[in-house]
Amino acid sequence: MRYIGKQEIEDIAVGAALLGTGGGGDPYIGKLMALQAIEEKGPIQLLSVEEVPDGALVVPSAMMGAPTVMIEKVPSGKEAIGAFESLQAYLGKNVFATMPIEAGGVNSLLPFALAAELGLPVIDADGMGRAFPELQMVTFFLEGISATPMVLADEKGNSSLLQTVNNVWAERIARSATVEMGGSVMLSIYPMEGKQVKQSAIHQILQLEERIGRTIREAKQFDYDPIAEILSITNGFQLFQGKVIDIDRKTESGFARGMATIEGTDNYQDQQLYLKFQNEHLLAETKDNVLCMTPDLIAVLDSDTGLPITTEGLRYGSRCVVIGLPCDRKWRTEKGIETTGPRYFGYDLDYTPVEKLMCMEEE
Amino acid sequence: MRSYRIGIDVGGTHTDAVMLDEFYQVIAETKAPTTTDVSKGIYHALKEVVMNANVPLEQINYAMLGTTHCTNAIVERKRLNQIAVIRIGAPATLAIKPLMGVPEDLQEILGKYMYIVEGGHEFDGREIARLDEEEIYRIANNVKGKVDSIAITSVFSPVSNAHEQRTAEILHEVLGDELELSLSSEIGNVGLLERENATILNAAVVNVAKETANGFIDALKQENINAKVFFGQNDGTLMSVEYTVRYPILTIACGPTNSLRGAAFLTNKSDAVVIDVGGTTTDIGVLSNAFPRQSSLAVEIGGVRTNFRMPDILSVGLGGGTIIQVFEDGSFQIGPDSVGYKLSEKALIFGGDTLTATDVIVALGRANIGDACKVNHLSKDLLQAIYEKMVSMVEEALDKMKTSADPIPVVLVGGGSILLPEVLKGASEVIKPVNFGVANAIGSAISQVSGQIEKIFMLDELGREKTMERAKQMAFEEAKIAGGDPEDLVIVDIEDVPLAYLPGNATRIRAKAAGSLKKMS
Repeated sequence: MRYIGKQEIEDIAVGAALLGTGGGGDPYIGKLMALQAIEEKGPIQLLSVEEVPDGALVVPSAMMGAPTVMIEKVPSGKEAIGAFESLQAYLGKNVFATMPIEAGGVNSLLPFALAAELGLPVIDADGMGRAFPELQMVTFFLEGISATPMVLADEKGNSSLLQTVNNVWAERIARSATVEMGGSVMLSIYPMEGKQVKQSAIHQILQLEERIGRTIREAKQFDYDPIAEILSITNGFQLFQGKVIDIDRKTESGFARGMATIEGTDNYQDQQLYLKFQNEHLLAETKDNVLCMTPDLIAVLDSDTGLPITTEGLRYGSRCVVIGLPCDRKWRTEKGIETTGPRYFGYDLDYTPVEKLMCMEEE
Repeated sequence: MRSYRIGIDVGGTHTDAVMLDEFYQVIAETKAPTTTDVSKGIYHALKEVVMNANVPLEQINYAMLGTTHCTNAIVERKRLNQIAVIRIGAPATLAIKPLMGVPEDLQEILGKYMYIVEGGHEFDGREIARLDEEEIYRIANNVKGKVDSIAITSVFSPVSNAHEQRTAEILHEVLGDELELSLSSEIGNVGLLERENATILNAAVVNVAKETANGFIDALKQENINAKVFFGQNDGTLMSVEYTVRYPILTIACGPTNSLRGAAFLTNKSDAVVIDVGGTTTDIGVLSNAFPRQSSLAVEIGGVRTNFRMPDILSVGLGGGTIIQVFEDGSFQIGPDSVGYKLSEKALIFGGDTLTATDVIVALGRANIGDACKVNHLSKDLLQAIYEKMVSMVEEALDKMKTSADPIPVVLVGGGSILLPEVLKGASEVIKPVNFGVANAIGSAISQVSGQIEKIFMLDELGREKTMERAKQMAFEEAKIAGGDPEDLVIVDIEDVPLAYLPGNATRIRAKAAGSLKKMS
């Protein structure tokens, strides 16, 4: 167990943007919520997964809805109170702790603010190890854990508890209720026991984000290359370095799809990298070779500062380094690949781990 | 009868002034150092340009000022108003208080009276909660006699500003009409925290704007000039004095805008990259349809994140006064420090002791100012290396600002533009217009007036097409009232946002018309 203060939150926010792999939403709102919670209630307890009793009730939390609504109608921070009370009444058991379902992007830090409000600890784990666009793209789903009973709660005090036949129905009903409740709600989802967290969650992900953030922050002070250091922490690979020369974006059924073309510099002269994204980066390839593909992580970093660049922030002329990080092994199972692999997103490719692709590249 | 106009632009190093005639021909131009007390530099430039122009004073009909008073007040945290901050949106938004994430010194100055009140709207125009009017009355009595102005921000006020309006009514009722109120719906777009920050900064510089306006009007009177006064705003159009005092935050980036607009006018280019080399920085902006390209990302002012529309400018730490350090091993560093307006005493060519970018240019024979003998001793190889580095700094920045790899026309303006060559990588041509040194003051002088409306219309009444037409007409009317020439007005911005869940197909339409000032007859 340890306590998380303001500096740790700042660092986790940077790490969350990197593991957001271009999408996941700006961690800014979540960061400010967590900072205010710490200011008012003091540092927040962070537990390692091992410290959670097997029988304890753990309820992950996240925001759901339109990002443009959340940046205007900022949460009240008290949404979780009603949500957790409903769940406790339904399950007849007290909530022991909360945790993120998605460590990449805006949802990484929201659980801290909610935990502070409720006086609960946060568990150092999540269900993605990155960001993904759909509710079933969590490792909990791979282990057969149900998304429901789940609770949607708004700032006005409304909450609605859903018990659905499967996760597709959960997603469908939740989406339309969200609109009625004002376009952005707090979600308490995938309630499970400590034992299930141990089996199904991705461990120590917040700690990793904090290390990434600190590495980037201190690089200037101690004068080292932040990108090389990040690669060593994450067992990642540098895929490419260059300058963005073209971005082709279109909005399709609510997703920002597109492709960025990056022209090589330094060791990558005369090559081009094509980076394909749907909210998150999904595929990095050159004319001849695929370099990295989902569910492995592809992040674009500013060449000077090492800070992550989102797909929205990518523009012609951006100087960047593209890195590939191996995803958690849970995603590398048959069901994991079926849920989040290249074919799910419409690319006719067999999933090959990034370390193998890089190996082939060297030969 | 002839008609003249004065344009003044305050930069970090110089305050420039021009006098134009009714055909926008430059009659006189002047450059004066920007002084610590910015007003003094303005008065000095004004006096000089009036003297140089030597035209009948009664024929000077307009005076346009683009100034950094408000920007400086925010950046230096000086002369800021005592303000109260009212946010309407509880029970939503409580998780992030106003001014969270803003530098602590500003929080201390601006955060003394902060309130979050029940009310605000949903994205579709429904109320989150009824506006708590009793609380507004209580706040009004609480801050009575303690504040100069109040910033009011309601959740989704860009969709419905009803709660901001009602709050303003109550505050005026209790505190009198003289108290200045800043409403967020009139300042920014969706994005509560950024819009609220911009509104707070606006409220904080109201008095600075008032003093600046009055000082300028007095200075004109002292010269016996009875001209109509306008202030330049971020989008390159003019604001009346009354409007400036209400929305001073809109002046915050008028400097770069003026230089872009001036460059467009001087070269007749409507799509180009403009490189403005000053004393301390090189500011690169993009002209699209003769107006500055707007930034799409959050813009920070004095460490405060805001979201209102500002020109997209990339600044590089290179100007005429940039200090060049040469180390013992022959390596060197360019900037980012600059001798600024002290160039004429610090630079080697003027007998000073500091190697500046201007010295490098003179030593290489690329410009003829000061005393070239004073830089003869420097190694030509070293100078050439420094020069090449300077050019490549600008070329790289130019490349970052382009939207594609295609070469694009480049316009060089600003007093420091002698630093750059006639050929730049990525440019289809490099144009250096006459009067390049005072393009910003010219941009200020030729600025257009605008009129804007923002209103919710029921499309079911007239249909979309006719409703849009009506909104445009209303914007034209506003622009005419502001002094625009009816013949010249065009719609420069129109946006419609449908509001779901409201009867009658409700749509919010914003329209803005701009054009040149009506000629005095």
